Amino acid sequence: MRAFEYASATTKEQAVGLLGNNWDDAAVLAGGTDLLSLMKDDVVHPKRLVNIKEIAELRGIRAGQPLRSKPQIKLLSIGALTTVQELIDDRQLQSYRALVQAAEGIASPQIRAMGTVGGDLCQRPRCWYYRAGYGLLAKDANGEALVPSGENRYHAILGNQGPAYFVSPSSLAPALIAHDAALIVVGPKGARDIAAEEFFTIPVAEGEREHNLKPNELLTLILLPLAAGEKSATYEVRQKEALDWPLATASVALKMDGDKVSAARVALGHVAPIPWRSREAEAALVGKTISEATAQAAGEAAVSQAKALSSNGYKIQLARVAVKRAILDAARGGAK
Amino acid sequence: MRDDDDKVGEKEGISRRNFLKVSGISLTVPLVLGPRMVRAGGADVKVFGPGKVPVTLTINGKAMKTEIEPRVTLLDALRNELDVTGAKRVCDRATCGACTVIVDGKPAYSCTVLAIEAQGKPITTAEGLMQGDKLHPVQQAFVDNDAQQCGFCTPGFVVACKAFLDKHPNPTPEQVQKGLGGNLCRCGTYIGVRAAVLQAASQQKGGRRNG
Amino acid sequence: MAEYKWPEADKRSLIGKRISRVDGPQKVSGRAKYSYDINRPGMLFGKIVRSPHAHAKITSIDTSAAERMPGVKAVHVVQEAGTELFWAGASVVAVAAVDEATAEDAARAIKVVYEVLPHLVNDKDPKGAGSNAKPSAAQVTGDPDKAFAEAELTLEGFYGLPVITHCCLEPHGSVMEWEGEQNVLAHHSTQAVSGAPAQIARPLEIPAANVRCVQDHIGGGFGSKFGPDEWDITAARLSKKAGKPVKMFNERDAVLMVAGARPSAHAKVKIALKKDGTLTGWQSESWASGGMGSGGSPPLPYLFTIPNQRKQHTAIVNNIGSARAWRAPGHPQGCAITMTALEDAAAALKMDPLEFFLKNLEMTGARAPIYREELGIAADLIGWKPNWHERGDKTAGSIKRGMGLSLHTWGGLGHPSDCDLTIYPDGSIEMKMGTQDLGTGTRTTVMIVVADTLGLPLEAVKLTIGDSRLPTSGGSGGSTTIGGVSASARRASLDALDALFAKVTQSLNADPNELEAIGGKIQVKGHPDRSLTWQQACQKLGGMPLTVRGKNPGPGSLINQGVGGVQMADVSVDVETGIVRMNRMVAVQDCGLIIDLKTAESQVYGALIMGVCYALYEEKIMDQKLGRMLNPNMEFYKLAGIGDIGDLKVHMMTGKGYDERGVIGLGEPPVISPGAAISNAVANAIGVRVPTLPLTPDKVLAALEQKGGRKDASI
Repeated sequence: MRAFEYASATTKEQAVGLLGNNWDDAAVLAGGTDLLSLMKDDVVHPKRLVNIKEIAELRGIRAGQPLRSKPQIKLLSIGALTTVQELIDDRQLQSYRALVQAAEGIASPQIRAMGTVGGDLCQRPRCWYYRAGYGLLAKDANGEALVPSGENRYHAILGNQGPAYFVSPSSLAPALIAHDAALIVVGPKGARDIAAEEFFTIPVAEGEREHNLKPNELLTLILLPLAAGEKSATYEVRQKEALDWPLATASVALKMDGDKVSAARVALGHVAPIPWRSREAEAALVGKTISEATAQAAGEAAVSQAKALSSNGYKIQLARVAVKRAILDAARGGAK
Repeated sequence: MRDDDDKVGEKEGISRRNFLKVSGISLTVPLVLGPRMVRAGGADVKVFGPGKVPVTLTINGKAMKTEIEPRVTLLDALRNELDVTGAKRVCDRATCGACTVIVDGKPAYSCTVLAIEAQGKPITTAEGLMQGDKLHPVQQAFVDNDAQQCGFCTPGFVVACKAFLDKHPNPTPEQVQKGLGGNLCRCGTYIGVRAAVLQAASQQKGGRRNG
Repeated sequence: MAEYKWPEADKRSLIGKRISRVDGPQKVSGRAKYSYDINRPGMLFGKIVRSPHAHAKITSIDTSAAERMPGVKAVHVVQEAGTELFWAGASVVAVAAVDEATAEDAARAIKVVYEVLPHLVNDKDPKGAGSNAKPSAAQVTGDPDKAFAEAELTLEGFYGLPVITHCCLEPHGSVMEWEGEQNVLAHHSTQAVSGAPAQIARPLEIPAANVRCVQDHIGGGFGSKFGPDEWDITAARLSKKAGKPVKMFNERDAVLMVAGARPSAHAKVKIALKKDGTLTGWQSESWASGGMGSGGSPPLPYLFTIPNQRKQHTAIVNNIGSARAWRAPGHPQGCAITMTALEDAAAALKMDPLEFFLKNLEMTGARAPIYREELGIAADLIGWKPNWHERGDKTAGSIKRGMGLSLHTWGGLGHPSDCDLTIYPDGSIEMKMGTQDLGTGTRTTVMIVVADTLGLPLEAVKLTIGDSRLPTSGGSGGSTTIGGVSASARRASLDALDALFAKVTQSLNADPNELEAIGGKIQVKGHPDRSLTWQQACQKLGGMPLTVRGKNPGPGSLINQGVGGVQMADVSVDVETGIVRMNRMVAVQDCGLIIDLKTAESQVYGALIMGVCYALYEEKIMDQKLGRMLNPNMEFYKLAGIGDIGDLKVHMMTGKGYDERGVIGLGEPPVISPGAAISNAVANAIGVRVPTLPLTPDKVLAALEQKGGRKDASI
């Protein structure tokens, strides 16, 4: 790890003030479970770390202020510093089953105790070319893309037309998108809110990030609309029971009108450079009763645009199954 | 939040200037320096490093002082500076659990905590679980059930099991299998670990509480 | 004169019992000191600059910036400009500095320019390997052409295993301390304490007598920590230059890249059979890569001496780092290829593989009766008969369950081992032996042998191991440690007892050969009333202690070789996702006379778990273009966790027919079969062979697709 200077902020304004205009100037230290590994691997080398763990207002889960843009929607607010374990343990989140299941998929109690919700959303991709220093877009010295002709068994099957082939590593983002969450980001000019789905972007040039935070911005809150009556679930396809990155995940949230789906939100994880909202799968569900056949059809719809790289075709099947099983699980066990 | 816009901008400007100044310092000079003050968000904030700074850690109930750079992890401070070597460095990337310690009551991978940020929080290592010369019930259960071979994952695993039992005093076998997914063993001692956790749990039920 | 044999079952006070390992309390409390834990006054930290290229020549090295850095105490060029390097991760330059961070900064400041040369890092196809493929001549026994011409059934298949690595949790390395002009104290993580000084001294050009190697505990070896490595020698050189001890341990990525690889093995196999299942012919065209050296060819066909064979093997030389011995070298590969091919043959005949293996069991040779007995026990333990079904679980739903089995063998015997046993006049006992405890329980077993022989409790024995100044004992490899150390300890204990008996004959008014040591007493056999307590007896030594040297090899027949084991696996496979979950696994293992049943069982449990790892997860993934390992970390070099192994059951063969063979090692045998047993269980579950390990979802789904099975079963 390269040397850096360290400061601990006690307010979000201090934190923002301590950040810089470039990514190499400063980085936000929360749980640290990803950042310190990135620094040890010399993938990022910020000159300053800004510890935000002492900012009390970023902790905890409570009834939140409605968004100015949607004043009619009551919200639950999750501080960005809330740990994954706190998400699992908090009774206020019982109705956000997709989110809790996604959190439970992080199989290490140490990571759950250390890692924060904000950190889960802002962690960097695990693409092994990126982690080995070939850049997020993974190119060799001649500028040729390494992933399409290389070892891409864990890479993207959606949104993978290039130049980005990595997959979004976030466990919680697909669930938050399914639950229609919004994020609050604070910068030098104050706060802005953004739909969870829009927080993530596919970079088209090296140096761009996979989310739309600026170097001097801080993710502070996650806002969830109240999920009354929603049926939701997350299904992860993971090779190991112990800590392991999923191969494909799906989170779904269904609003029911009787036994018919009146609205659906479906998002996939670990299949695209961003958490992948599948409007195709959603369309396949609306107006239907949930059955093996409709779940299967939604799974098919979710991967209708998927394209295999040289050795990750199996992930199309995994994504299809994840969507199907998440839908069936939501319908079966969907809590209020 | 909007009201704060101007203030944040103003303070941010101040901090930027200080920031650029410090960036010019050679990053390898091992001088011990006190913190600098930087104006940010309407307050003076201490900035430490990049050189060595005094750090005090509360390890197994004892305050231990050292001088290290902010980049030194808690694990490396324990092992290299304080000669507390129970926690092991194996993956060094928050995956294998051999470095597990309890920080502020919660299990943590000490390879992925900075020593400087662990100040002021009680830190317990495998050494610290002992009650005098007596093994902690979890440790005794590891011995009784031979939940160790080479033993390199063992201190971290013991600490993880202690933290697990603090949270789940009466675990089912299934909870044991699902709840200890943050530690890896290469010799293959998991059968012993499962038995050890259940033994330690049943002893707790018998009236003895974990320390 | 002592009779050198093991005590009869009714005379064993400790041998064969379940005894907790003696160093357990040290390990569970973090007090056990491994070489990596050693901190010495003024100690420096070493770091290595490594080649990023799989094959390159060093053009130039510039260390000047590093040498100018405050805190940098020594820089050593490991490979001079002009040297050719053969794998990514090869050492080029090393630095020693006052702390790790400074050493890392210094390593980063060293500029190395390389001329990149062509490389090969995969081994998928020997035909595409060009001159890197080194074919051997075919070996023929019997008349394979006739056997295949006359075969009632011929079966062809392809099978394989990738390169995997040892991934010892304690990295490879040392704390090297150059003392005075020519002495080196090595705190070295090694499987061979006694052998280390000679190997450390040679490259340093100092007398081996000046080198001392010490090691209390080692965090895993598995075959990868025998000789000192280049980085250990480099640490000594840095220590000499700086005049301070230097700690040099590999980072995890280096451990996985350069510190050992188990060679791959692939084979196209053809089998000739009769319709009743009798094997009549074997043909294999195999290839394997073990890095720059030869990986050796796996033993094919494994265990079954099938009549009429034709075998041809090709070694692929490539740039992946060097191969190292990995538990039971060659056997897991040979076993996985053979036992899966044979199970495919059984499936083709719609025969229960248990019946099929029994049918051909005489081809395993002298141990056939042992296998027969073990197969019966294993089948009972896992419920083979009631639960086995023909290939392909026909029940509804996406979860398919299946069972598979495999057999294995290994040698044993014991390495040379010397030890000194001292009995003091106050009755205390010290045993000194230059061996090491890899976590197999060596400490515990030596103490059990001594205490049992002397009729004393375990705690009465003080044991010192892990120092090259102690009597020489062999390296721990090939399952030869327990044989060596138990035999030398037994001989020393018997000789010491003889000498002690001679001192007490007068007091007890009996001949030495009428005496026995039992329950803390020396007594006339069968006459507790004519006895001395241990302390009283030892007082007869007078002022001086009694020391005897125990040796292996030596008189008497205490150890043996050649064990057989049987394993059966029960798995569930999700045919929609290709994910394999372990339900149960049973191991039935013979290893002669068991000294400590508890640690013996632990070793078999551990081997099963290591087997689950390589059957389902492990693979050294190389990028052919970059020539680099892509998963040199523990996130993507996957190992099973506590929830991934299912329920395991170990049954040790003990008692009559086993005990009297003497002691046989256990490090290798039980790790041989899991790959085959699990692969066979998966094939039995899903109805098709997944040809290569690890059995990852992509491969399971591909096999299902090839079979034409449904992708989406109903739930």
